[in-house]
Amino acid sequence: MLKQRKDLLGLKDLSKEEIIHIINTAKEMKAVLGQDFKKTNHLQGKTVVSLFYENSTRTRLSFELAAKYMGANAANISASGSSIQKGETVIDTARTIDAMATDILIMRTNMSGAPHLIAPHVKASVINAGDGMNEHPTQALLDLYTMIEKRGDVSGFKVAIIGDVAHSRVARSNIYGLTKLGAKVYVAGPSTLMPYGIESLGATKCGSVGEAVADADVVMGLRLQLERQKRGLFPTIREYCNFFGIDDDCLKLAKKDALLMHPGPVNRGYELTSSVIDGKQSVIDEQVTNGVAIRMAIMYWLSQGGVI
Amino acid sequence: MKILIKEGRVIDPANNIDKIADILISDGIIEKVSENITANDAEVINAKGKIVAPGLVDMHCHLREPGFEYKETIETGTQSAAMGGITSVACMPNTNPVTDNAAVVGFILAQAQKAGNVNVYPIGAISKGLNGQELSEMGELKKAGAVAVSDDGKPVQSAVLMRHAMEYAAMFDLPVISHCEEMSLVDDGYMNEGNMSTYLGLRGITRAAEEVMVSREIILAQTTNTPVHIAHVSTKGSVELVRHAKAQGVRVTCETCPHYFTLTDKAVDGFNTNAKMNPPLREQEDVDAVIAGIADGTIDAIATDHAPHHVDEKNCEFGYAANGIVGFETLLPLTVTYLVKTGKISINEAIKKMSVNPSGILKINKGTIKAGDAADIVIFDTENQYTIDVDKFVSKSKNSPYNGFEVYGKVEYTIVNGKIIVKQGRMSK
Repeated sequence: MLKQRKDLLGLKDLSKEEIIHIINTAKEMKAVLGQDFKKTNHLQGKTVVSLFYENSTRTRLSFELAAKYMGANAANISASGSSIQKGETVIDTARTIDAMATDILIMRTNMSGAPHLIAPHVKASVINAGDGMNEHPTQALLDLYTMIEKRGDVSGFKVAIIGDVAHSRVARSNIYGLTKLGAKVYVAGPSTLMPYGIESLGATKCGSVGEAVADADVVMGLRLQLERQKRGLFPTIREYCNFFGIDDDCLKLAKKDALLMHPGPVNRGYELTSSVIDGKQSVIDEQVTNGVAIRMAIMYWLSQGGVI
Repeated sequence: MKILIKEGRVIDPANNIDKIADILISDGIIEKVSENITANDAEVINAKGKIVAPGLVDMHCHLREPGFEYKETIETGTQSAAMGGITSVACMPNTNPVTDNAAVVGFILAQAQKAGNVNVYPIGAISKGLNGQELSEMGELKKAGAVAVSDDGKPVQSAVLMRHAMEYAAMFDLPVISHCEEMSLVDDGYMNEGNMSTYLGLRGITRAAEEVMVSREIILAQTTNTPVHIAHVSTKGSVELVRHAKAQGVRVTCETCPHYFTLTDKAVDGFNTNAKMNPPLREQEDVDAVIAGIADGTIDAIATDHAPHHVDEKNCEFGYAANGIVGFETLLPLTVTYLVKTGKISINEAIKKMSVNPSGILKINKGTIKAGDAADIVIFDTENQYTIDVDKFVSKSKNSPYNGFEVYGKVEYTIVNGKIIVKQGRMSK
């Protein structure tokens, strides 16, 4: 079946076939990263602009390098020092960027749905690099890619996602992607950081971290935003670490060869202890490498019309 | 100037009338309601097959003037109301300047007079500047023509200020209308907390934010033995609280709006900002409870909460979008289609909720069409389906989630004080 896709807004509306196609393309792209001469012509002559309304180092750098490795012209705009702070609407900002012959527009925003809002207004392909609490599709795709790379297939996998699920777009995109590929997702964290009706997205809510992690194939920690404590959602970092932090004892409950993942940046010693971050099961650094490959794959795919 | 409305089904619930009859209007006043009236010098309206009822009374709307004329003016708002068969509106005080003093009330009444479309009844603020700190000059407001007080949109967070507002307003026989929202529980949310908010990654508002304050107002009304009116009830819990309170003899009345019995939070899917309102659209069980509350009399009135916003205020990120929808031109068709045609309530009951009861709560002597009354009349058709087209709204704003809905209940004539404002479904001037 021929499908055309202009934008990548989320995993909610991506098919299993599209996900597999992107991951397979990423495998080829990863080979480029291992070369001495890291350059292809996949996006030669194309222009990639990233529009970031939220602070980001890794996602932004990952996209920028991915674009440059494929020969594209890459530029960045951030919320400070641009018209964004002068009261221009997001649609006008996007149209302005579009009018400069941009082919791919990457957007990061704290407002859920903003990439969906601008997409119909621009000719450029829009890639959602994280919108509010909604989705972070490229992160979930690199997570899926990493799992598949390490284990061949995720079908039937038990994946434990631990921490602030309520505010996490990474968790949501992973739930959509993993369930589409036949994995089972278990979530755990403070009850105040669990979203209403998470079961309706296809995940299973666990009463404790131990229950979620037990016999898991993958254990994924989420970044803890420290301001949640100030909003009264949990009492102290200390108590959080004691009950919801992932340490060696916790990881032992999972399968022996379980993968430890984290979208980064990690609050070392909070959601994960140093010993698990740097331990043998950790694939956190590989996630970062795969992130570049998956973004190369996505940009190339969309530049070719999003056809599978 | 005489008008003769011929052979319509006259439904006048306040006077227990439901029969085919003629109505003769003379100099703005209803002269006679009976069969086979003849008058040689009258403009005749053939109402055969149509319903002739007291003009609708919308007890909750935002006309936006003064201060927000780019959204709506009193002139365009009252035209829109007339197109919806509404002959009297009570407008909320969140204007700029706030309607917390006699001068603004006077201005609104003067603008309404100038526009000459429908009767406008200003609602004054409970607190000065809607700041929730000090009571407004309610005596002065009443004297200037305000019919109620409310801090709609900026709910009074202080329980003791609300207590004093109820006691003080009762002295002037001014109804207190409470927009129930405990802001700490709203917690920066902007849609109903439910599976949809989780699915869309939008911050949810728990139903408790509304229900905690509904409970508070009921307890305060009981404590002070004064009446309170709950605005736009949207949750099952609120309906149950009001039902229980009424059974206990508490002097509480309430209203809901068509969106709370026609839509659920599923309408937000796709980040649809025209489905963003406050209180937010809830879930099916709430819709069912609101309908049950309308049917059993727990909910006294259906109001629009007509809240016009400029297109730019909706064409943006969901979280930044303004709350509210325009409602004048969809009140009657949505009520007819979703409550009457479905057999939930009779057409007589619907007219009570949209005309008789709100008049009673506001004590404005409307919602009746017997001889001697001011001739405020709506004539509408319940038999022919039509499609809602927001571009045809005469309101300045088009923010409505109902575009393309197939409905019954098209307004054909709106007569205000004996003047034909809407004629054959169009503004007559």
